[in-house]
Amino acid sequence: MSERHGSDVGWNRRKFLAAATTGLVASAAAGSASAETLADVPAREPGADLGALSARSTYVQIGRIPEAGPGRRNVDPADAINSKAPLQKLVGAITPSDLHYERSHAGAPDLDPSRHRLLVHGMVRNQLVFSVDDLKAMPAISRMAFLECTGNGWENWKKADGNLTVQNTHGLVSTSEWTGVPLRFILGLVEKETAATWMLAEGGDAAGVARSIPLTEEIVDEAIIAYGQNGEPIRPAHGFPIRLILPGMEGNLNIKWLRRLKFGDQPWMTRWETARYTQLLANGKARQFQLRMETNSVITQPSGTMQIRPGYNRISGLAWSGHGRIARVEISTDGANSWQEAQLNLPALPKAQTRFQMDWTWDGRPTKIVSRATDDKGHVQPDRDAFIATMGTNALFHYNAQQTWSIDQAGRVQNVLS
Amino acid sequence: MSCRRMALLSGAMVSALVSSAVAADFGRPATPDEIALWDIDVRPDGKGLPPGSGTVARGKDVFAENCAACHGDNGVGGIKDRLVGGQGTLASAMPVKTVGSFWPYATTLFDYIHRAMPYQAPGSLGVDDTYAVAAYILSLNGILPPEGQLDNHSLPDIRMPNRDGFIPDPEFSGSRK
Repeated sequence: MSERHGSDVGWNRRKFLAAATTGLVASAAAGSASAETLADVPAREPGADLGALSARSTYVQIGRIPEAGPGRRNVDPADAINSKAPLQKLVGAITPSDLHYERSHAGAPDLDPSRHRLLVHGMVRNQLVFSVDDLKAMPAISRMAFLECTGNGWENWKKADGNLTVQNTHGLVSTSEWTGVPLRFILGLVEKETAATWMLAEGGDAAGVARSIPLTEEIVDEAIIAYGQNGEPIRPAHGFPIRLILPGMEGNLNIKWLRRLKFGDQPWMTRWETARYTQLLANGKARQFQLRMETNSVITQPSGTMQIRPGYNRISGLAWSGHGRIARVEISTDGANSWQEAQLNLPALPKAQTRFQMDWTWDGRPTKIVSRATDDKGHVQPDRDAFIATMGTNALFHYNAQQTWSIDQAGRVQNVLS
Repeated sequence: MSCRRMALLSGAMVSALVSSAVAADFGRPATPDEIALWDIDVRPDGKGLPPGSGTVARGKDVFAENCAACHGDNGVGGIKDRLVGGQGTLASAMPVKTVGSFWPYATTLFDYIHRAMPYQAPGSLGVDDTYAVAAYILSLNGILPPEGQLDNHSLPDIRMPNRDGFIPDPEFSGSRK
């Protein structure tokens, strides 16, 4: 039993001192000023007035990075197509809402909830229009779920750029608590015809992003028309006032700014499920409706562009699976030759990110570190070679190969393919 | 508003939720006219296509005015998605995915232009101009002749070159086609 609560991790004082003087903790200490003795610690003084919002500390620099396609970084925000979450600076399993990754196809619209409507029609007995207030008056549920853009990891399909951080390589995944109305409740109100096996979900953004969603038992059981994210109204970038949440499925299926659900008996074959979010294999055929996000993990500490010192280092990262709960994460510190089981910070929830960690003493010799996740359905995150053998290098989306970081003699951590 | 009783729901989580809720009305009936305003989706069998038609020749003008700035004069070389060419490249190391080389259904082209293009003013093209510009893009790809035209009856009959290029995921598509 290696799973423990985060607060239960067995640190003793000696270990902590070793960490503070040699490893990551020291290198991560904020600012350049230091307090050599307690006498150097600034005296207490009255603090800021109470306010309407809690701002971050001025000592904290944290933010997303807007990027375009693979290899197209440092772009003007007007040319960006996504904005990546700073995984290397997050410490738990939840993503703060303003740091949740963002992907849109025509910008984030500014929608007035009093004038927003959800139309539900097609193969149903009652074609209905709901206001946002109607939805908020209905019985609601809350659950944790990760969202992941299908393009997450796409920097590493063909080559590994050694200048990338984990934010660049894996910043298109985030986890929130989502609150809203179970889709099943809406289906009951409109009395969906049993012959309706597909649902078109459409957004109120300029692109009118629309996806055909197969009404599997799992999707009908778990889908939510959400209006809450981490306890507050969903923010505009993430779908205000309402969005669809389909735990475990491709990010783009979780239609933001949701305004229409239409029921039918076949997929509509929209641009996004034909030309865009399909995966081209080496033989020239493309996988379609590969809707589930696969078992995945990445070490976030230490990760790309960081530098570590010999001695004690704590390895930490995030694991997630669209199949269910993370059951195990293994870490290799010798280039995938041997593996050790990491601790999981509990609770490990289904279809939510789970943080893992492991103590490591680096001997100062160049090596590579890798993580490998296994979920409760038995799916194991593939190594790079096995993954490419199946998917080729042209798929663009659904990259979930094990992420390797190399560490050179100076302790510099770099993105490599394997 | 008509009185609707809440349907019985299955699923442990949801039924627990609604057991304490009283029968209530949520929302209101949608009228056919307002549904028609939003009901823009088009299926591969042509269901949802509005009546109308457009020629390749007219589409060339529409394209020059509304599309070329982003997609290039002939659907190639613009700052946004390339629309033309690429046939025969999908199994190569540098695949070029365009309407001609990759898109499996011509109906998708109408649906996408109609709902999302041009980027700065989606929905601003009339129905006939949407058929026309779709026809022009297909002609640039050699799928329609230069003197060709499209309408709501002929569009679903077009067989795109990569129609059989997709492998639906068995979990989500096997019994659902």
